[in-house]
This record gives sequence, structure tokens and C-alpha cells, in this order.
Amino acid sequence: MVDRTDRRPDPEELLRRVQAGERREKRGRLKVFLGYAPRVGKSFRMFDEGRRRKQRGQDVVIGALQGKLTPDLEAILASIEAIPPVREHYAGQMWDVINLAAIFGRHPSTCLIDGLAFDNPPGSRNPHRWQDVEELLANGIAVITAVNLQHIYEKQEAVERITGKRAANSVPQEFLLEADEMEVVDAPTEALIGRAHDANMPDPRQLAELREMALLLAADVVERQLQSYLDDHGIAVRWGAQERILVCLTARSSTRAMLESGHRNAARFHGALIAVYVEQSRLDGADRARLDANLELARQLGADVHRLTNDDFVEAIIDFAREQRVTQVFLGHSGRERRWWEPRSPVDRLIDAAEDFDVRLFPHIEGQ
Amino acid sequence: MSETAKGHLKVYMGYAAGVGKTYRMLEEAQALRRDGVDIVVGYFEPHGRKETIAMTEGLEFVPRRVIRYNNAAFEEMDTEAVLRRRPKVAVVDEFAHTNVPGSERAKRWQDVHALLDAGIDVIATMNVQHLESLNDQVWHVTGVRVRETVPDWVIDDADEIVFVDLTPQALRNRLERGVVYAPDKAQKAMDNFFTETNLSALREMAMRHTAHEVEEKLAAAPAAAVVDILATTGRAPEPKADVEPPRKERILICLTGNPFSAVLIRRGKRVADYLQADCVAIHVAAPGEDHDAIERHLSFARNLRIETHVVYAAEIAMAVADFAREQRITQIFMGRSAPRPWYSRRETVVQAVAAHSREMQVIIVASRRR
Repeated sequence: MVDRTDRRPDPEELLRRVQAGERREKRGRLKVFLGYAPRVGKSFRMFDEGRRRKQRGQDVVIGALQGKLTPDLEAILASIEAIPPVREHYAGQMWDVINLAAIFGRHPSTCLIDGLAFDNPPGSRNPHRWQDVEELLANGIAVITAVNLQHIYEKQEAVERITGKRAANSVPQEFLLEADEMEVVDAPTEALIGRAHDANMPDPRQLAELREMALLLAADVVERQLQSYLDDHGIAVRWGAQERILVCLTARSSTRAMLESGHRNAARFHGALIAVYVEQSRLDGADRARLDANLELARQLGADVHRLTNDDFVEAIIDFAREQRVTQVFLGHSGRERRWWEPRSPVDRLIDAAEDFDVRLFPHIEGQ
Repeated sequence: MSETAKGHLKVYMGYAAGVGKTYRMLEEAQALRRDGVDIVVGYFEPHGRKETIAMTEGLEFVPRRVIRYNNAAFEEMDTEAVLRRRPKVAVVDEFAHTNVPGSERAKRWQDVHALLDAGIDVIATMNVQHLESLNDQVWHVTGVRVRETVPDWVIDDADEIVFVDLTPQALRNRLERGVVYAPDKAQKAMDNFFTETNLSALREMAMRHTAHEVEEKLAAAPAAAVVDILATTGRAPEPKADVEPPRKERILICLTGNPFSAVLIRRGKRVADYLQADCVAIHVAAPGEDHDAIERHLSFARNLRIETHVVYAAEIAMAVADFAREQRITQIFMGRSAPRPWYSRRETVVQAVAAHSREMQVIIVASRRR
């Protein structure tokens, strides 16, 4: 199935994994339903999962609700025990705070928490609800929760660019990335608009952009989880679902054109852009300056820049590309001309050796 | 004859059997029925799943058609009967299915197109691994060569794609509980296809592909929202200049009789779709070549809506370069030339094309062996 090659992590890394494993065993599992906008049906999916778990004999309680209840939802909620939040009044506002003490006393196996991004009033044990959830998890209670894209802190700027609005409260992305499971709740944008006349609802185009963003975020989470699963099991794979572009930088080749094209390709595929340079000592001052300028441009375009040291350019690129699960290598036409004693140029050798990635040869344009 | 408005196609897209596509489709069918919409089940595959079967209660079924083939009876959707019944909406399970020989149409998606052409809306289900453009990637990840494929343009043309998600852990729990398959089959499935890594990779592909479909539809729609954003924020939305290509890219695929041409065609077309580039294919004909194989590849390319050309020339590289220049091609996709002995200095076709087409990008597509 998968190409398995031995990978021996260093002892520090092994220790870290063992500790992480132990922590995970004691900790409750976190499952997050991610929606791209209000009313995609996250809450319904979350409580429906709670209902099904309860039917299978698990000890499930509801720790927090949010928003208006639809008849569908009410039917489900009636079948699950609730530990209602404590209603607090502060500065003329009403706040529902999770009743941690009551939940710890009751100690269910799973707790359902809606509205993960809610804040608690000043003076509470934790300023944010997600921190309350963290405590539940630390005490070995599994949590199923739901969150909207607009409430993920690191995504708020991008969401604001689309909708012109920014939600006041948020959850750090890192907390969500640590979740054991994340499920996307997808729905056609038309369905949301038909469902309610809400002035706060973004228009169809904005919804579509949010939807794309949520799907790509989820794909990145899956990619990350898959990578850590493979690392934990010592599995090296030569494939990936994501397009990963490696631009080979030299002083002479048409690096600017390659980097710009690499950047465009990576953006179109929502993939990764990596730039690599194989260290050579023989560069004169002018070439060195050109190379440094190219490295700077690569960084500006958001590339992950690496320097390799290897006398053999081709070997260096092939090993690095495999390790990084690269799908396309961008290369200048005449990065280096063939020397008279060599039967093949480096470009030809790379093409001959490239099994897992495409080689994209760029025209050599003088002065670029 | 009056022109009928084409039906609306919605596809529930999953990443594996058991994620709940059919359930979601039937849930929607029930909601439509409650709203008084004239809806029928054109085809439903129960797979012996109790919860899913319960979801069909009260829905009208158009009986399947029995087709005899090789002394066995096969059941297919009775497309003609659905057309005669003429509902407002039909639900059709397993969009990628290949019909048994003797059916009117080779593929179920073609049956669905017949319904859409008659003005019937269709809600269908499909798994991502059936998409033509992902065929090689799916094989690479899972070791399974999916035979039943749907050309990408069929999905691009759908009005709505909805991704049906379930985490791999939850799916494997379902398998363990015997919800998806019978217990002996379930264990085998979990050891083979339904591994954690396979499921995660397929799931990621489905998410990325659905995002791609959403983006394609956005690109096709007018940018009315710009005005709204200006109105609400008082500033123009950030331009996505870095994502726009400076000029329209045109991709040329060089196909031959080599079986690898299928991989090459899929890869070139996939890149073209993502770059929103035009895509054409060329074959340079030489005497004594395998006509059947070449015709198969040309027709495969045409099925994916790639314009194909055959030119006759003695010198392949020159012919490709001339054609590319004439067609204002910006990227040439080709397979790797056959390996040469290490001492050989003879120029390969790839080298020759690269040498003759210096102003274009030349992409040598990897064989990606497992």
C-alpha cells in the first residue's frame, strides 16, 4: 500500500511522542464541527451526533446551547440530559457561562458545547469559553463542539476582507488544530440565503468565498493530521493530496519568471511553494548578489526557502523533493551547461531520475 | 418545438462508501416531499443499511429496469420510465456507475443528462475517487485503479456540489459496528482500502476538489459583491492580483501510442483546469505506429473536452514546436523519453522539443510509479 521506509527519529523526538501519547490518553477527545457561516447546520450535526452516541449507550450531556432552537433541534435536545449554563449579568449584558463545577461533579463521558467562541464576563474563572472546554478535556471529559470560520482568530482578517465585518470574539486556530477530529459542515450557499432574511447574512458571492476558505482550512488540517499520523507510525510516503512546487534557484537561470510562475501555480492549486538553492562555492561577486536577490524575492513571495549542501546538484534536488513530497520541480533551461566530459547535463539527469514529480523547464531569458 | 429549461443538478460528494451521501440525499428528498414537490427515486442502492432504507419511507420509486447480460439479470435505472413519469425532481444514487452492456447509455451520468435535458432536476451522489482527474493520484495513494470514472467537466457543469464529511475515525467506527458492510467484509475493508491514511488522503482530495469547484463557480459569476463591499466598508476589496495570470495560458499535450499518454492527458488537463488555461492535444503521426492505441488516447482526450490535432511530419520535435508557435502555446506537456544507455549522446525527443521551443515552458510529466 504505502511506501514504507525506515525512519529513525532521534531520542528527543521519541520522548516527545511518548509524552504526547500519554497526555492524549488521559485527555478527553475533542471533536469540532466547522461551518463556513451561521445556519449551515453545525449545531444540528453536533447535537445529532450526541443523540446517536447516547443511543449507543454513551454518557452524554449538554453543557451549552446557543441561538434560537428549530423544531428539529428541540426534538433532539429533549432526549439528552442538560447541565444548563449559569446566567450572569454584567454591565447590563447577559452572559451564559458553562457550569464547570456541575459538569465536573456529574462527570459525563461526553459533553456537548455549542458556541465555542463565546466569551465569559470579566471576573470569570476563564475569560473565554474555549478555555473552559480545555479544562473539561484536561479532566478527561470528551467534548463535541461547533465553531464558525469567522470566529477563528487567524482567519478573521481574511473573513473581514470578504464580508467587511469582524466578529468580536474568537478562538485561536492552534486550539482547533489540536482537535482529535474536525468535521466540515458543508451546504450550498443558496440554502442559507433561502433559510432566513437576515441583514447579517453575507451575500451569495461572499458566502461562496467563505465556503471555499473553510474547505481549504479543513483540507490543511487533514494534511497536518495525516502527516503527524505518518510520523508517529514511521511511515514515509511519496504522495500527497496537495500540490507542492519546488523552484530551483541559481544565479543564472530565469529565476524571477520561475518564482512568479511558481507562486501563481501554488496559489491556483492552494498548494505549497518551496524554493531551494544548492550551495556552490564557485560563485563570483556578481552571481552571489544575483542569487541573494533571488532568495529575497522567493521569501517575499511567501516561499519556504532552503539551502542545501551537496556536491551533486541532481542528487540534492531529488532527495529533497522526495522528503518534501514535491509534485513539480521548476528548473531553468540552462541552469548550467553540460561540461564536455559529462554525457548528460544536470537538467537531463534530473529528468531521467524524476519518478515522483514533474519537471517544468523554463526558457532562459537573459537578464531575468 | 419549445425549448425546455435544463434541469438543475446537485451532487452530494463523499470520499468513501459509508460517509452518508445517500442518507443526506434522501434527507433532502424527504424535505422536498414534505414541501409538496413532485419527487421520485430514480435509482437507490440500499447496501442493506437500515437507517438509510428507513429514510426512503413514503418516497415514490420508479421501478428499475432488468437487463439480461451473459445469462445474468442486472438492474439499472429505468431512465425512459423516469422520463415518462416526468417528475419535478429525481434522486439518483451512484452517479459514476457504468451501466451493463445492452443499456441505452454507457454511463449513469449520461442517463442523468437525459433527465436534465428533459427539464427534470436531479440530486445525485458520488465519491471523489471517481473523478477522472484524480484517477492517478487515487491509484498512487490507495493502490486501487478506479475503473468507473466521470469526466471533470460533468461535475464542473453541475449547479451545486455539496461535500459530505465524516472523519475517518467515525467512518471506521461505523465499519466496526457493521453499519456499512457485513462484519467479514468490514474487517477486510478496514485492513485494505479503509485505512486511516487512505481515508485521510481521499478526504483531503474531496475537500480540495469541492473548494476548487466553488472557486470555479465564483470565477464564472459576475463580481457584483465588489459594490457591496465598497458600500459596507467604504474601501475596495483587496485585489487578488497575484492569483490572476498575466495572460491566458495555453497548454499543449503531446500524446503518443504509449499507455502513459493517459496519465499525461489527465495531468495536463488537471493543470489546465486549475490555471484556467486552454488545453489542446497533438499527435505527430509516424508510419508503423499503433493506430488503435493512438485513436483510444485521442478519443479519451476528446471525452475530457480537449481539442485534438494529428499532424504528419518526419521530425517530431520540429513539428511540435511549429504547431505550438502557430497555436500560441505557452506550456508543452510531454512524457519522459525512453531511457538511453548511459554513454548515449543522441538527443532525446524531450531534449529536442526543449531546444526547439525555447520561449515556452516544457513540462516532463512523471510516471509516478508506486
